[in-house]
Amino acid sequence: MENNDESAHRAVRMVTMDVIVAALIFALGALVVYESNRLGSGWDENGPQAGYFPFYISLLICISGAVVFVQGLLKLKSDMKVFVTLGQFRQVLVILLPSAAYVLGVQLVGIYVPSAVFIGLFMKIVGKYSGLRSAAVGLSVSVIAFLLFEVWFKIPLPKGPFEKLIGY
Amino acid sequence: MEELNALFHGFSIALTPFNLGLMFVGIILGVIIGVLPGLGGANGVAILLPLTFTMPPTSAIIMLSCIYWGALFGGAITSILFNIPGEPWSVATTFDGYPMAQQGRAGEALTGAFTSSFVGALVAVLIFTFLAPLIANFALQFGPPEFFSVYLLTFCSFVGTGKGNPFKIIASMMLGFAMAAVGIDIVTGQLRLTFGFTELLSGFNFLVAVIGLFGIGEILLSMEEGLSFSGHGAKINPRIVLETWARLPRYWATSIRSCIIGCWMGIIPGGATPASFMSYGVARQMSREGNKFGTGQLEGVVAPETAAHAAGTSALLPMITLGIPGSPTAAVLLGGLMIWGLQPGPLLFVEQKDFVWGLIASMYLGNIAGLIVVLTMVPFFAAILRVPFSIIAPVIVVICAIGAYTVKNNMLDVWMIVVFGIVGYAFKKLDYPLAPMVLALVLGDAAESSFRQAMLISQGNLTVFWSNWLVGSLTTLALALLFWPLVTALRDRLRAPAPAAR
Amino acid sequence: MRIQRIFTCNAVLLAMAFAGPAAAWEPSKTVEFVIPAGQGGGADQMARFTQGVVAKHNLMAQSIVPINKSGGAGAEGFLDVKASKGDEHKIIITLSNLFTTPLATGVPFNWKDLTPVAMLALDNFVLWVNSETPYKSPKDYLDAAKKAGPGKFNMGGTGAKQEDQIITVAIEKAAGVKFTYVPFKGGGAVATQLVGNHVNSTVNNPIEAVAHWRSGKLRPLCVFEKQRMPYKNKVTETMAWGDIPTCREAGIPMDYLMLRGIFMPAGVSQDVVNFYIEFFKKVRGTAEWKKLMEDGAFNQSFMTGKEYADWVANAENVHRELMREAGFLAKK
Repeated sequence: MENNDESAHRAVRMVTMDVIVAALIFALGALVVYESNRLGSGWDENGPQAGYFPFYISLLICISGAVVFVQGLLKLKSDMKVFVTLGQFRQVLVILLPSAAYVLGVQLVGIYVPSAVFIGLFMKIVGKYSGLRSAAVGLSVSVIAFLLFEVWFKIPLPKGPFEKLIGY
Repeated sequence: MEELNALFHGFSIALTPFNLGLMFVGIILGVIIGVLPGLGGANGVAILLPLTFTMPPTSAIIMLSCIYWGALFGGAITSILFNIPGEPWSVATTFDGYPMAQQGRAGEALTGAFTSSFVGALVAVLIFTFLAPLIANFALQFGPPEFFSVYLLTFCSFVGTGKGNPFKIIASMMLGFAMAAVGIDIVTGQLRLTFGFTELLSGFNFLVAVIGLFGIGEILLSMEEGLSFSGHGAKINPRIVLETWARLPRYWATSIRSCIIGCWMGIIPGGATPASFMSYGVARQMSREGNKFGTGQLEGVVAPETAAHAAGTSALLPMITLGIPGSPTAAVLLGGLMIWGLQPGPLLFVEQKDFVWGLIASMYLGNIAGLIVVLTMVPFFAAILRVPFSIIAPVIVVICAIGAYTVKNNMLDVWMIVVFGIVGYAFKKLDYPLAPMVLALVLGDAAESSFRQAMLISQGNLTVFWSNWLVGSLTTLALALLFWPLVTALRDRLRAPAPAAR
Repeated sequence: MRIQRIFTCNAVLLAMAFAGPAAAWEPSKTVEFVIPAGQGGGADQMARFTQGVVAKHNLMAQSIVPINKSGGAGAEGFLDVKASKGDEHKIIITLSNLFTTPLATGVPFNWKDLTPVAMLALDNFVLWVNSETPYKSPKDYLDAAKKAGPGKFNMGGTGAKQEDQIITVAIEKAAGVKFTYVPFKGGGAVATQLVGNHVNSTVNNPIEAVAHWRSGKLRPLCVFEKQRMPYKNKVTETMAWGDIPTCREAGIPMDYLMLRGIFMPAGVSQDVVNFYIEFFKKVRGTAEWKKLMEDGAFNQSFMTGKEYADWVANAENVHRELMREAGFLAKK
């Protein structure tokens, strides 16, 4: 039973998450209620105003958020289902953080170089592939993407200094 | 049989080696475009449109429409393999297609999707060939009230049987509506819900949301369960095509319904995406195994794919006969017609016989070519699932990023897929259904505008939704579908009276 | 460090390679052609048409790639070009939303943030009714609208607080009538709604409605121009574009033309602008362009330089005035 206790301590429970998400949904709804009220949520001679639909939509968001919140609170003590354990969460971060870093890279230096680096490093570090194979896959994905988009389809993707060097 | 003569004439135009070559090039390009999320049929056709200036218009439309067929076929591939809809109309295909792939039945799902796409297209082309003049004017009956009732019907047919916590369903759907409202309000020209951020001007894009919610969300879920897609080790055998074909006739009723929904939605024109959702919803309600939908039912792949392809094909009919684009892709093709110096409209059938019948013939040939191309690739596609997760995961992230960027050439969208990915992950785990959200996002705007246009025309009188037989029956049908589950539940409760319970 | 040095080396070499004798400027890479409107619309057609004739007649060594940035009634596209200061490989085609969008929504951009290149053409507007209706002249129609009472007749148009609605308000002022203006998403949809009798009239551009005119479904009443359109070739059995009377003749003192012009980001040299001016002159010289102009009954004015800038400045004032009168200006 010790084990069980420990994992329960080091995990986020479903019901906790439920309450948090419901609160966020409620807050989002409230924001939209406020904004649509500002736009005019009534019904003038031209039919519904700009904020009419958003107002009722957001009202429903608030109501459902509140109900789920209360439902969660009632079960807060009893419901022990696990949303995510620490170990699982680490796994999720293994892809989530590099992906976010990748997107940042795309923003800074264009898409092709970060793509190759991201795929290569992920394969090397997470997949434990050899450096050569990782580099080969990373580079070929980037090169194929480059040929496909920039050269054949003429769709400009984000580019940085590296692509400028070869005249793109 | 004037049409048959004209059609054979059309075949003689389309069947030159040059045009056949263009057809295959178009299909293959289209499949690639369909596979890449974000890059839709409309973009693909728009990009290649100028290249066709050097060709005769008939060859050009053959190639461009084949790109369109290719994209219609291709959209299903990533939906089934990775839960990433390559095109808006293949969102509904993920609902059962992806679970099938997870169970190692990717080949079956792909074959089912491609074959039913073909069936849908074929029916639509037959209608196109023989009934075009008769039904061409049907689209003209559709004013704002009629469009609103069609959207209402789509929602009702899809939502009527939702399962799970009703408040979570409502929250999810309303969040979709709220996102759809962001940006310029078409009726008043005001900015809405942008909170002063110019980045939010253009609102939330459906494809970006879907790539994030489904694609990135699924990657996060798969990572959590350890490094694998569960579809790993699917058996890959060309015979799977024949085995699936043997099973497909069982779903004839769903096929017929989906064809009708698809053709109808294409002609009015309502679009392929709502058609696929509506068809899936109706199939779920009508099927004997409806309650198993979402767990990997072949029928749940057949329904949306048939309807999407039928709608996509018949969307060209109002374009040719009336100059109304039935889909974004048709809008681009329409621009193409004008650039080539052809005027779409009722006179096109009279003045440009070669062009029109060449196009119709290419619809038959192009879809056959498309089916051959994609079916031969089924084992190859299914084999992609054998690639280890630590390679495929970052590649998918890269493809999603590219896809999100190509939607509107906007860097913010690339960030949005990460955010939507996290939302998708959390919502999936907490049992917030994603389907109502994306449906609301894709149709919310159109539904709201048509409602408000109807209100403007009727000066605020709600009875406009029952003002003629067409709109009246649509609205009534929609409401009936919405309350049908309530009625059956009530009936069941009345039929199984107290003794059993207490 | 070392990598950095190699880069600087390369950059210097590249700079030397390109800094030859003062040759005329030419694009060194693909040119982005931003369209602040959706796919399939008038501006989109014109941009893709340009891309097509460039490819067909080899008018430029590099290719030209249209990109739609239609969000926020075109604001997305204009803001993008505004932010690309000094980018010599980006041009944008405008419609009236160059003026109407910032005025109506308060989104911060103005044509002065861009470099004017050339006016390609001006797009006409025509008052259309369904041919099943008995109205043969603008006067017939407006009298009927007046008789029916305010708000009883519907005018369909593209978007809200944009050119179609501005024209509608001007008609209302001139004729003392009141329409219910019903906004739709695109010009094609508007024309179809009129064919289906869901609205009473529209102010579609010629190219949006010509197919329905030819098939006898729609009837043009008048054109919002100072003089009649110059096209004499018969479009229908009996009429040419030039046979449509002007609205002035019918007592509606309103003329309105929509700019189809080219701008580029600020901070580019005159050499660059001159290149694009010459380039568009070549485009306008092709037979395909001439056919497009006639099919769509465009006003073929061409302007560059100061003349163009003055025209735009004047048009901005006209729009501000019209929109102020109509009450469409964004609240500050």
